[in-house]
Amino acid sequence: MNDVRFMIDGKECLGKPGQTIVEAAKANGVYIPVLCHFEGLKPVGSCRICTVRVGGRFMAACTQPLIEGMAVENTAPDLEDMRKSLIEMLFVEGNHLCPSCEKSGNCELQALAYRYQVLAPRFPYLWPRRDIDASAPLLMLDGNRCIQCLRCVRACRAKDGRKVFAAVDRSRRVKIEVDKKLAAHLSEDQARRAMDICPVGAILRKETGFAVPIGRRKYDAVPIGSDVEKGTGR
Amino acid sequence: MAQEKDIVLRYPKDPSALLDVVRDVQNRLGHVSEEAVSRIAAHLKLSEAEVRGAVTFYHFFSLTPRGASTVYLNDSITSRMKGRTAVARAFEEEAGCRFGEVSPDGKVGLFPTSCIGMNDQEPSAIVDGVVFIKLSPDRARAIVRGLRAGTPASGQVTEFGDGANQSTLVRAMVSNNIRKRGPVLFGPHEPGAAVRKAVSMTPEQVIDEVKKAGLLGRGGAGFPTGLKWEFCRREKAPERYVVCNADEGEPGTFKDRVVLTELPGLLFEGMAVAGYAVGAQTGILYLRSEYAYLRARLEAVLAGLRKEGILGKNIAGSPGFHFDIVIKSGAGAYICGEESALLESAEGKRGEPRDRPPFPVQAGYLDRPTTVNNVETLATAARIVVEGAAWFKAMGTPKSAGTKLLSVSGDCARPGVYEVEYGLSIAELLDMAGAPEAKAVQVGGPSGTCVSKAGYQRKICFSDLPTGGSVIVFGPDRDIFEVVENFMEFFIEESCGWCTPCRAGNVLLKKKFEKVAQGKGTEGDLRDLEAWGKLVKATSRCGLGQTSPNPILTTMQNFPELYEARIQKGRDFVPEFDLAAAIQEGCAAANRQPACKEADHE
Amino acid sequence: MSKPVIATASLAGCFGCHMSLLDIDERILGLIDLVEFNKSPIDDIKTFTKPVDVGLIEGGCCNSENVEVLRSFRKNCKVLVSVGECAIMGGLPAMRNGIPIRECLEEAYLNSPSVDPEDRTIPNDEDLPIILDKVYPCHEVVKIDHFLPGCPPSADLIWEAVTALVEGRPLQLTYDLIKFD
Ligand SMILES: Cc1cc2nc3c(=O)[nH]c(=O)nc-3n(C[C@H](O)[C@H](O)[C@H](O)COP(=O)(O)O)c2cc1C
Ligand code: SF4
Ligand code: SF4
Ligand code: SF4
Repeated sequence: MNDVRFMIDGKECLGKPGQTIVEAAKANGVYIPVLCHFEGLKPVGSCRICTVRVGGRFMAACTQPLIEGMAVENTAPDLEDMRKSLIEMLFVEGNHLCPSCEKSGNCELQALAYRYQVLAPRFPYLWPRRDIDASAPLLMLDGNRCIQCLRCVRACRAKDGRKVFAAVDRSRRVKIEVDKKLAAHLSEDQARRAMDICPVGAILRKETGFAVPIGRRKYDAVPIGSDVEKGTGR
Repeated sequence: MAQEKDIVLRYPKDPSALLDVVRDVQNRLGHVSEEAVSRIAAHLKLSEAEVRGAVTFYHFFSLTPRGASTVYLNDSITSRMKGRTAVARAFEEEAGCRFGEVSPDGKVGLFPTSCIGMNDQEPSAIVDGVVFIKLSPDRARAIVRGLRAGTPASGQVTEFGDGANQSTLVRAMVSNNIRKRGPVLFGPHEPGAAVRKAVSMTPEQVIDEVKKAGLLGRGGAGFPTGLKWEFCRREKAPERYVVCNADEGEPGTFKDRVVLTELPGLLFEGMAVAGYAVGAQTGILYLRSEYAYLRARLEAVLAGLRKEGILGKNIAGSPGFHFDIVIKSGAGAYICGEESALLESAEGKRGEPRDRPPFPVQAGYLDRPTTVNNVETLATAARIVVEGAAWFKAMGTPKSAGTKLLSVSGDCARPGVYEVEYGLSIAELLDMAGAPEAKAVQVGGPSGTCVSKAGYQRKICFSDLPTGGSVIVFGPDRDIFEVVENFMEFFIEESCGWCTPCRAGNVLLKKKFEKVAQGKGTEGDLRDLEAWGKLVKATSRCGLGQTSPNPILTTMQNFPELYEARIQKGRDFVPEFDLAAAIQEGCAAANRQPACKEADHE
Repeated sequence: MSKPVIATASLAGCFGCHMSLLDIDERILGLIDLVEFNKSPIDDIKTFTKPVDVGLIEGGCCNSENVEVLRSFRKNCKVLVSVGECAIMGGLPAMRNGIPIRECLEEAYLNSPSVDPEDRTIPNDEDLPIILDKVYPCHEVVKIDHFLPGCPPSADLIWEAVTALVEGRPLQLTYDLIKFD
């Protein structure tokens, strides 16, 4: 099929039909920040941090397929400030105590906060009461840090296809639950994958952690997205 | 009493049966027990977490007991205006528990619920599926006493409403309150005429007629109906569906309820016409659970239509055109009125909206092309097919053709349903409804616009004041801030929770609004309200979040003086923090008196 | 010309941020050349003796005394800076924020196994500050002008910020300086 021509902030780009804006941008060396998106999983547009503007309309770049000739705005100051607001919202909505979090330094939410220079959120902290479920033998699920990205819900299934994680309740009370029966039989690989797929420190493999010293963690020295911008993104 | 097992095994081993099983269990056992969750999961090959996810999404399902009898008291602003607080207190006193709890004897559970579509007869409540209207504190007490004494809710219905509410299959206290009958929906209609006329035309001609009539969707978004049908028809697929959106959840609307009560035949004809036009054989009526009391009658009307050959095989004498309708139920979730969330729910899942594209006309119910239309839209389409596009187009305004059903409630002498031509001004409507003193009018429900007196010459039509039907009138003594707070709480509660701006943003907006309402706001806080409102609208994933800041934004725009009067002008920082409040609990726990130096001073 | 005046305080913090301030190595000598300290645990001056240019606050507000100190800093300092995670968002003390304060006090002073069974009382001496229902970030109590994140903020960040503020130039917060741990 023919390539699709489109523009991001004035830069001419080529993409494949059906490709989403985020994926196509990446292939063109343009970073659009994402949090809920994970390559290979069906996009769900839950975090909204990839919001871009096309023809005056806002849309999530992770779910919107390319349209021939579309002109995507990605770095307009008002857009970037909206993204920063959404990042700040995720911080105040949960209980993120980075200094005591195992994921610190490797956390994508925190990395975005660094990239966007979030010093103190503009929103008041909500301090919700959230649970920690440590009943599974290999995994711990800490609701305080969950950002409802639904990556685990999409990615983690038992051998027979049942979902290991699911969203329960709704509205501000919505939370991720791990299925107790399925979690009891997770393999080491499945547990690892669950931890790795979680962008934040909500899913942790028990009995590991703090393995990499401060200074050598993923986002200690380079901002999230620099791999894409240097054209080294896959 | 291994009832769970017996109930669950009756259903097909198909995940799309999930909500049906859950509803059955909830209705019979009063909650969905751990045992039931486990059995349902095993039967449908789902994980227990998934089953719990679906149960907890819907307001009328519960993992914990809700009492032998359950009272759901409407929490809409109109209900509050009409005396809900005293009624709620009476329920609590008589039941011996607070709202959100079950009485100590387990006999009665009390729960608040979002608007149940009875805004013209508030305060209203649903008790074990039976609707009670115009409640007084005495009546509330009597209901609870009756339930305790063993008289079921249905046995406590004393008088019936008007029209078909009296039919043996309904027997509801609900009133239609039809105040103005217009020529389209309430015009004379010969049963079956629309389907017979449609099958005498080609599907393309039917679509063309509806397009020419300029019919725009009545559910809120105003999409051209003919175009939607054309898109749906054009998709190549072995099957297509017609879905009637009878979720009617926008607070203040109840006109679809009146159509379902008085004009179900016309509605079902409209669905069959749509089916003929798009090439579908199955129609689904997605009926909000608040209207479950209408279901038996609707089923009977469907049976009658089948008998008359208006539904079924080769209908209206047209060989090869088969069309039938099934009814599916909601379970208490406003978001299920959003068409893609409705489809998810109809498929037995959590009612979370889908991403578009693909649109429902491309991949809707079970991924088949589906046209989702509002109740009123479909009934109107049936009439257009009979009377012709020109007849319809002659009414209303050039860009908003025809008539609209309005649900008028609040501070007015004649609340109820009005069928009016588009282009009617608010002033004219207030005149009809008997509200000469109105201080504000909410058009289009919480997601619409709060209009001040200065806007009473504005017109009800798609280009000025669009509305799905909800019009709520506020009299001179009403506190607009209380209204805004109620609406924001509604959106917070009804957000599906999927995306960040709607899930968290509305909570933060309401918090900031309350800061201003409490007199602790600054000019900066007003700017924040505007910016955060814009943010939530721009970045939310579906129509709920994209309109949820409207109660704040439209009142800021139309009632700026109210906000000006509440803020502390000229100060650049006023904390929400209140030392006196912050030390209260600590003092109480330690049995100390707060010393006066701790009193809040700046 | 007199030197810019700095004041510091530790509210509900661990003094880690103050340690980090002292961790600027030999630059501390430069700092002392550059500024004069007023009320601060570093020089043990207990009350404000003159108007202050820059106030550095470590820790959030967990009791009534923290609030009073913070308010007096706001009154006496031209520029007020939240230094470290505790000042910015409550930090580890805020782990209690989801739990009602009564529950916390009862657990700590009445029900915990380590409590002396003879002395199960929630401390109530009138001289003790009163605990707040939550730990509050400083900027929810008074207006804060700048935020220096980190637990603790690195010595480099503090150096950069303090020198920028007293010299009146904008803060240059490069990627390596912004860390939450
Ligand atoms: C949050 C939300 C709630 C909605 N609720 C309803 C509803 O209760 N009834 C309805 O007909 N449309 C509702 N809609 C609009 C539907 O998504 C859809 O546009 C409509 O059913 C299409 O029918 P129409 O073209 O006939 O208007 C809602 C939309 C949103 C975003
Ligand atoms: S999950 Fe990320 S943002 Fe949250 S506390 Fe851990 S490191 Fe910080
Ligand atoms: S647990 Fe992790 S992966 Fe799952 S939704 Fe929460 S943040 Fe996302
Ligand atoms: S806008 Fe609200 S209702 Fe819509 S998807 Fe997002 S969270 Fe759900």
